[in-house]
Amino acid sequence: MNRRQIWLTLITLTLFALVPPLTSIFGQPFYVDLMARIMIFALAAISLDFILGHGGMVSFGHAAYMGIGAYTVGIFSYYGIDNGFIQFPLAIAAAALIGLIFGALSLRTSGVYFIMITLAFAQMLYFLAISLEEFGGDDGMAASRSKFAGLIDLNDSNQFYYLVLACLALMLFILHRLVQSRFGMVIRACRTNEKRMQALGFQTYRYKLTAFVIAASMCGLSGALFANLNEFVSPDAMHWTRSGEIMIMVIMGGIGTLIGPVLGATGFLLLEEYLPEWMEMFMTDAGEHWAIVMGPILIVIVLFGRGGIHALFARKWLARGNGHG
Amino acid sequence: MDPLLLLEQAFNGLQFGVMLFLIAAGLTLVFGIMDLVNLAHGSLVMIGAYLATALVAWTDSFLLGMLLALPATFAVGVLVEVIALRTLYRRDHLDQVLATFGLILFFNEVVRIVWGPISLYSGLPSYLSGHVEIIPGVPYPVFRLVIIAVGLLVAGIIYGIVAHTRLGMLIRAGASNNEMVGALGVNIKSLFTLVFALGAVFAGLAGMMLGPLTSVEPGMGEPLLILAFVIIIIGGIGSIRGAFIAAIVVGMVDTVGRVFLPVLLRAFVSDAAADTAGPALASMLIYILMAAILVVRPRGLFPARTG
Repeated sequence: MNRRQIWLTLITLTLFALVPPLTSIFGQPFYVDLMARIMIFALAAISLDFILGHGGMVSFGHAAYMGIGAYTVGIFSYYGIDNGFIQFPLAIAAAALIGLIFGALSLRTSGVYFIMITLAFAQMLYFLAISLEEFGGDDGMAASRSKFAGLIDLNDSNQFYYLVLACLALMLFILHRLVQSRFGMVIRACRTNEKRMQALGFQTYRYKLTAFVIAASMCGLSGALFANLNEFVSPDAMHWTRSGEIMIMVIMGGIGTLIGPVLGATGFLLLEEYLPEWMEMFMTDAGEHWAIVMGPILIVIVLFGRGGIHALFARKWLARGNGHG
Repeated sequence: MDPLLLLEQAFNGLQFGVMLFLIAAGLTLVFGIMDLVNLAHGSLVMIGAYLATALVAWTDSFLLGMLLALPATFAVGVLVEVIALRTLYRRDHLDQVLATFGLILFFNEVVRIVWGPISLYSGLPSYLSGHVEIIPGVPYPVFRLVIIAVGLLVAGIIYGIVAHTRLGMLIRAGASNNEMVGALGVNIKSLFTLVFALGAVFAGLAGMMLGPLTSVEPGMGEPLLILAFVIIIIGGIGSIRGAFIAAIVVGMVDTVGRVFLPVLLRAFVSDAAADTAGPALASMLIYILMAAILVVRPRGLFPARTG
């Protein structure tokens, strides 16, 4: 991140932090849950951005790790263990372990093969979740909110909101430091020219696998939060269209910028929330067909929207002459 | 284990396999030649099924409706290629994945608006809805046999085109190095359109035959799309032969595995454990197969691209 991105990050996080007091002033508590949902997806999106934007690994199965995090919380809750100090570390560990296995196999391939094999592995977990009748199968299962020994009360939506915000801020900081570090430099160099890195003596496979596992574990954390938000876990969390949506958030916000995907998640989920309403204004009952507008919007963003939402801000700043790259 | 049941399931597996091949054939050619990741290929399956259902109802003849649906799907294929996909060839795979993902949303919603969100059931004419005893004691649905026959026939036709015609020569040349083909004076643009539309027809044909077996509904092609991706990864991108072998293997393993894995497990673990683990393991079987093959051969069994 350069200085401009750090400022953009700080402003965005500050705005996020102002949401709960503002909603209580205007009496719209619904928005707290919506914004919490946005930040949870933002967490998943920045973890994908780390390997996709900086590492060049197009993982099309990222929702799987979110699903693993969510199912870990759900399964513990099913057996009556609702201690968050047990649930959350194990959710992260489980996602990391699966990420290690899938990553070790997937990273043997590259290019299109990598996209498709990550997709297929995620789909495998999706079908596994569907066939687990004990844990609700197709219908999913209820999960009670985690307890943190009285330190934070997740049933209070404001406290839950700030927990999510803290996680997001912490992960943004960690990823920012990682990208700047020597490790991050190697990962970024692999994206530009992996053969040269190998010629320089780097074991690129190990570096990429480590990055993959880090991303998977962060996504596992977002899944654990997601299960808490919905108080419900279902295979839908792992469906391949969910992986596609997370990827769209990254592209929409601006790939390889970390703060971009946060803005992308915000834009995408707000669009999903309000596009049906806007369409209703033009035509009655048009709202249920929101996807017919959403689809072409995505195509247009891909074809013409280089750099995503992040570039929009960057351009504005440049025009004002403040853009010290 | 009942050998007759095994035989019946083997036939089902073969039928599923040839159907998957029809979908994978177009996908692997588009992938191999244009280097385009087309997630919307499953939508073509769905469009074929809807067009066939509508045309069968319109002409009041099963055969005529199906025959008319083929050129209609071809036309849709040409339109999609010219309007939406042509600009994507030069983009990287990530852009292609996202843009075709947008196409899926669009197509599913178009279908939902035109034909409604409810599943359609297209009946079979009387001459196709019966059973025959292929082997004494095993009555087998005629329509599934027809699917196997049509599938194998089309597989033969595709093989004939790819291996023995000038068009096939260009396709194979395009799969190994499409820039060179263009440099040698072939109109690569119209070749791309033709290949894509042919792939659309094969996918549409699979959808048409699938319609009477299951139901015709929005998004029906997507689970098949993922399987088709698994197949072309196992078979090697751009290889028709690889796609055929992989499709039959995947069809067999998936169908037979679902029936016999729980039975097989019961021999080793308790019944309750086998009933839980059996279906779970069976649904993961082909992905485990894919992982195993990629560990040994990271570029699939018969990779077409040499560079």
